[in-house]
Amino acid sequence: MSDVYVLGVDMIKFGRFPDRTVPDLGAEAALLALDDAGLNIGNMEAFYCGNLGQANAMVGQRILQEIGQTGIPVVNCSNACATGATAFREAWTSIKAGLYDVVLAVGVEQMGTGLLGGSGGGSGIPKEGLLGSGTMPAVFAEAGMEHARQYGTTFEQFAKISVKNHHHSTMNPKARYQIETPLDEVMNAEMISYPNTKLMCSVNVDGAAAAVLVSEKKAKELGMQRAVRIKASVMTSDPYQERDLVMPDVNSCTRKAAKEAYEMAGLDSSDVDLVELHDCFATAEMLHYENLGLCDDGEAGRLIDEGEVELGGRIPVNVSGGLLSKGHPLGATGIANIYEVCTHLRGEAGDRQVENAKIGMTHVIGLGSACGIHILEKV
Amino acid sequence: MSLPVVEYLKLPEGGEPYLEGHKCSKCGSIFLGERKVCSNCFARDSMKSMKLSNTGKLYSYSIVFRSFPGIEVPYISAIVDLDGGGTVKGNLIDCEPDPDKINFDMPVEVIFDDALGRKDKDGNSYISYFFKPMT
Repeated sequence: MSDVYVLGVDMIKFGRFPDRTVPDLGAEAALLALDDAGLNIGNMEAFYCGNLGQANAMVGQRILQEIGQTGIPVVNCSNACATGATAFREAWTSIKAGLYDVVLAVGVEQMGTGLLGGSGGGSGIPKEGLLGSGTMPAVFAEAGMEHARQYGTTFEQFAKISVKNHHHSTMNPKARYQIETPLDEVMNAEMISYPNTKLMCSVNVDGAAAAVLVSEKKAKELGMQRAVRIKASVMTSDPYQERDLVMPDVNSCTRKAAKEAYEMAGLDSSDVDLVELHDCFATAEMLHYENLGLCDDGEAGRLIDEGEVELGGRIPVNVSGGLLSKGHPLGATGIANIYEVCTHLRGEAGDRQVENAKIGMTHVIGLGSACGIHILEKV
Repeated sequence: MSLPVVEYLKLPEGGEPYLEGHKCSKCGSIFLGERKVCSNCFARDSMKSMKLSNTGKLYSYSIVFRSFPGIEVPYISAIVDLDGGGTVKGNLIDCEPDPDKINFDMPVEVIFDDALGRKDKDGNSYISYFFKPMT
């Protein structure tokens, strides 16, 4: 089977665009990625579009109505916060299967404000604040406190993750924010759900990212100079865990996906030069250091304490600023992180460049749960 | 006459309220809510209903300071492993919302009470369950 390459990839600067539409944002990212690949929509053989908020509204086709209606197959994907990665992986799968040589993937989202999640569904009365909390900050706080229970992880250690990612974002012009947040500011920010303060929650933003994927044959034909090889593309759902029904599990699906991704790539975690992982909350990032094998179980707190996951450290994590500061437009996140890694592998990341980056990993979690992991390699 | 807040809270006539689990007789996994197939071992027609214990231990928690409009904060969202199996989530009450006062594995009891005065659109009141530290 052919290797699959990213030939063009880009994202719009994340922000708030209340006067624009979802297809409009997606179309802008698609054109950027097409330009990056030196191709146009007429070259695309299929289109996989990821969006959550308008999952029933044919977003992919509406994007084509803005940039070119060529009659190609369009698949609209929705998979919670793994939506973008799902669209990307479907594109990868179609080339792997030998169906196409040039395929477009777009992830796009326009977000509301305020808390996501909640246990208000079902009949009867609202359950939020009655049967605990179903808000995302609380759910991921509980997952973080499970780590605290096992390893004594502290509020300060969780907070340091937010300091790091905000610092990284000061070097990323496409991030929503470029603002340093010192430790005392993070810890003294409004407490949302202990131990996650407001600055330890991802930022609701609008955004879009897109990628053009090509077969090896097509990459050779078009020029390999800026192509990035997809060494692994893996998706998992959450295997059975005894506390599943009350405690959505982001750990076992990530561990399973990481193991399969390393096997597919023929690599292990020590080969990886940078990681963009799903820091929807500071507590979540802590868990994924161990889930992705960046350190042994119980070592995650030490990793952040000793700066190993900072730019310049042993294994930089979320040098884009992550979801905590770059922002988290749900459907776009799983392609925006691929843009970030590709930018480093191409040596085009400017001040935040991870030096000599050859292998990078992206990871997203859609709660419920879906995990998507990609390993990318400099050609 | 109050209604149960969730399907797995049972209010037997003339008896004490309890939480109900469904246990797979093949692999022992315990679920909340009825089901036909075990999602752990895939056994079919192996589910037996059981009364869950009214005592357990705190597994994890968060202290919620910001919730949806109209929801009173702060409160402790607690995940409790019940003695004898089954995990449930609910509010931990009669406990200060302070991490220094909340200990993992602290023993709690399950109590049943009115659902904080919440009523549905038809004016029905509900019985909910809460966790309370055991002294």
